[in-house]
Amino acid sequence: MEAEYDIVVVGSGPAGLSAAAEALRRGCKRVLVVDENPIPGGQLFKQIHKFFGSKEHYAGIRGFRIGEILLNDVEKLGGTVLLRTSVIGASYDGGTKTLWLNNPERGVGKVRTRKVIIATGAKENVIAFPGWTLPGVMGAGAVQTLVNIYRVLPSRRVLMVGSGNVGLIVSYQLLQAGAEVVAVVEILPRIGGWAVHAAKVLRMGVPILLSTTVKEVRGVEWVEEAVVWRVGRDGRPVAGSETVFDADLVCLAVGLSPNVELTRMLGCEHIYLKALGGWTPIHDEKMETTLRGVYVCGDVAGVEEASIAIEEGRLAGIGASCEFLSREECSSLVEESWRRLDELRSGPFGEPRKEAKRLILKEFKQRTGSLSR
Amino acid sequence: MRVWDHPILGPLKRAREVTFYLCRNGKCEEVKAFERDTVASALLAAGYRVFRYSDKYREPRSVFCAIGLCNSCIMVVDGQPNVRTCITPVRDGMKVEVP
Repeated sequence: MEAEYDIVVVGSGPAGLSAAAEALRRGCKRVLVVDENPIPGGQLFKQIHKFFGSKEHYAGIRGFRIGEILLNDVEKLGGTVLLRTSVIGASYDGGTKTLWLNNPERGVGKVRTRKVIIATGAKENVIAFPGWTLPGVMGAGAVQTLVNIYRVLPSRRVLMVGSGNVGLIVSYQLLQAGAEVVAVVEILPRIGGWAVHAAKVLRMGVPILLSTTVKEVRGVEWVEEAVVWRVGRDGRPVAGSETVFDADLVCLAVGLSPNVELTRMLGCEHIYLKALGGWTPIHDEKMETTLRGVYVCGDVAGVEEASIAIEEGRLAGIGASCEFLSREECSSLVEESWRRLDELRSGPFGEPRKEAKRLILKEFKQRTGSLSR
Repeated sequence: MRVWDHPILGPLKRAREVTFYLCRNGKCEEVKAFERDTVASALLAAGYRVFRYSDKYREPRSVFCAIGLCNSCIMVVDGQPNVRTCITPVRDGMKVEVP
């Protein structure tokens, strides 16, 4: 499978697909999207709730429909999506980049490309407690995938750990799939996610226990019960405050981290920003990293939301195809995109991320001596 | 267990049935799945929960991330070790071993 491309996009989630579609719209011809999963769309196809935001960002449409729209765009515009294909190596010599791909049917091969857009998303965080490796302790996103995509409920009585949006939304979706959620526990003294999602879960009679965390999960070959305990103001668990739940599935919804293996392998520079989930590549306002021709977008460039990933994908797609546009056209498209991103990053949850993104641009300028190349 | 009906997604559309084999301690059993299943989703749907035992302490392991990132669900598939079953589609006649 040796071939030459203008752009190879790694990851076919909301960011990758919209980057590919935008690049094709702006004049790029040979665009390849690779993804190691057997189905495209990244985490979009498990999002069965309606999205918020503006019409430009598919508000009111359920996630899996947005996935279908984006995938259809890429294919209609002449892009290629290659599934079950992992990037197992990448090298960079300033000009052409070489990616080593592994596909179970085609074997290992390499592709050369002028530009790479890395849209590898994020991975779920874990917390350790006695029993954390026991089968039946799963990522909340994992259970969401199993239930909404494969229509498999691994167990019926669920304890959700974490009350951020993922914890709340997955709890609700587990109820929709016929599971019982015995409780949502939250270590902080307040609910982490949006009130609208919390209200849906509370209305269904699921208790959200604040200042509470997991002490231990017990079972022989699968979760049989989960012990939680309260956490005092000093952040320490309170002995004697234990409650035992008869749960057979424990979902961890304790945040996500950018999936930076590939940007690390290539040698992009990174920065640690708590508001964006940890180490994330430094990029300029066109989403180009400290390595020329290597772009990032979506959760790998800071964990946010699908609508932001879609917009950032567009931005990276524009950035990577500015050579086909006039200078004015390019900068006005980039500006427009940032205006939409700023809108999406408003409110108490968005502001810290907006600030973190500004820091990334500043850091880029400091390290490379220019804001744009 | 399967989610046959769903308030948003509707009834589960029946896909072509696929049969593969799960082998433990030298004994193989037939597992029925749907064509669009992964090995992991098919095993969980059929009620198989332990995918492997850890190398050092022989502790049970199963699916954790379900999107090919954590390697918790790796098994031996058609003789090949360390296959991420959560992103491997089922195929008729495939042999899946619990390592």
